[in-house]
Amino acid sequence: MPGHTDKAFERDLQTLRDKLLAMGARAEAMIAESVLCLAERDSRLGKHVIASDAEVNRLEVEVDDLCRRVLALRQPAASDLRFITTALKIVTDLERVGDLAVNIAERAIDLNDAQPMPIYGDLPHLAQLAQTQLKDSLDAFVAGDAAKAEALLGRDELLDALFLKLFNDLLQLMMEDSKHVRRATNLVFVAKHLERIGDHALNIAEMVIYMVRGTDVRHPLSRELHRAHAS
Amino acid sequence: MEPVKVRIEGLEVHYASKRALHGVHLEVNTNEVLALIGPSGCGKSTLLRALNRMNEVLPGVKQRGSITLEGDRIDQMDVVELRRRVGMVFQRSNPFAKSIFENVAFGLRIAGLTSTSELAGRVEQSLVQAALWDEVKDRLGDSALALSGGQQQRLCIARALAVQPEVVLMDEPASALDPIATARIEELIHELKTRYTIVIVTHNMQQAARVSDRTAFLYMGELVEVGRTETIFTNPSMKRTEDYVTGKFG
Repeated sequence: MPGHTDKAFERDLQTLRDKLLAMGARAEAMIAESVLCLAERDSRLGKHVIASDAEVNRLEVEVDDLCRRVLALRQPAASDLRFITTALKIVTDLERVGDLAVNIAERAIDLNDAQPMPIYGDLPHLAQLAQTQLKDSLDAFVAGDAAKAEALLGRDELLDALFLKLFNDLLQLMMEDSKHVRRATNLVFVAKHLERIGDHALNIAEMVIYMVRGTDVRHPLSRELHRAHAS
Repeated sequence: MEPVKVRIEGLEVHYASKRALHGVHLEVNTNEVLALIGPSGCGKSTLLRALNRMNEVLPGVKQRGSITLEGDRIDQMDVVELRRRVGMVFQRSNPFAKSIFENVAFGLRIAGLTSTSELAGRVEQSLVQAALWDEVKDRLGDSALALSGGQQQRLCIARALAVQPEVVLMDEPASALDPIATARIEELIHELKTRYTIVIVTHNMQQAARVSDRTAFLYMGELVEVGRTETIFTNPSMKRTEDYVTGKFG
């Protein structure tokens, strides 16, 4: 693919891509660490996650700033415009993923101070699925691979189902023995945060499809609008 | 979809040995603004000028294919009548060294209109349509050359509108104007399309994106892609269009 005639514009787009990738990598690492903090009862990892959030926040501000600059100075069109609008959207998702990792870390630190829970049920599976979803959505973004992004869309239901099952299991545990309430509630929050991370990965995947194909697949309504618009 | 106003089929234009346009098929719908974009030398001005047979005045020009205006072949029309129906506004405003009034009345006098009251009415109406009336109504007898660049360009638009054309061709109408005067011309184009069919050539892609309903991209004498302006600028079908609108040419 030929580069832009204006090399400064080309550099701006590359910088933007690099910053988003750095942010994605940081967010991925934060989830992995927050889950490990819980699994291995190592609160130092949780504290590291909490400290890492500042970097994700800084990158969010930098990405927003660069997008505004490119929009104002370059008036991007076609694939460049779709890339900038995608960047503006997914930067929010990545920042929220960072926040959710912090939330998980905080719950994990609280849990680590108490007795271990008798069951974690499907929590490791849920954690692994959420991480895979985020990793795959970011890989699809890097490769500009709409088919890979599309493959992610169907997998979100599995996360939702797992969360629901885990929620019911933990509820059952709380009903059976009230001394589990505090810890089980913490775990419900962790599970909910993981499920939300899956939702953010889904948002990223939908934006990757838009970035590559120019088709908005976010909601049934947007698909209809797109069809009506195109005809 | 509005009915087709201008239909171009298999248009080919040669300047001596140079082929400027080939195999162009394009339709211009009634009351739409169609923008022609493409790099220098792509044939967009040649295409625009073909629509009112302005290429004929250049030596060594050969043209094939057909262009129809509401179904009638333009090469079989009286050229004066064709240019009345298909008016043109050029890149550089070119008012005559006459008064503001006489500039607008010029085409009407040539068309044989002599009634002073009718002339005055048509001049006023044209100046109103060109959004210039309020600025010049108290000095219609002043020289047109005393107007600012932006006013001169709107005067030329008024002059083109005076003879009540159906199609208005605009060749880079705002390229020599400052941003405020450009905004006035663009606003004017929005208003004019309710009455006229407009074909505009522009190098300013943001301008094409702002003013037109559809955009046609030409490259090396070929029509690469034509479509809804929003689609051309957000998600074009052809790679060459994508490369051009994202600035990846050359």
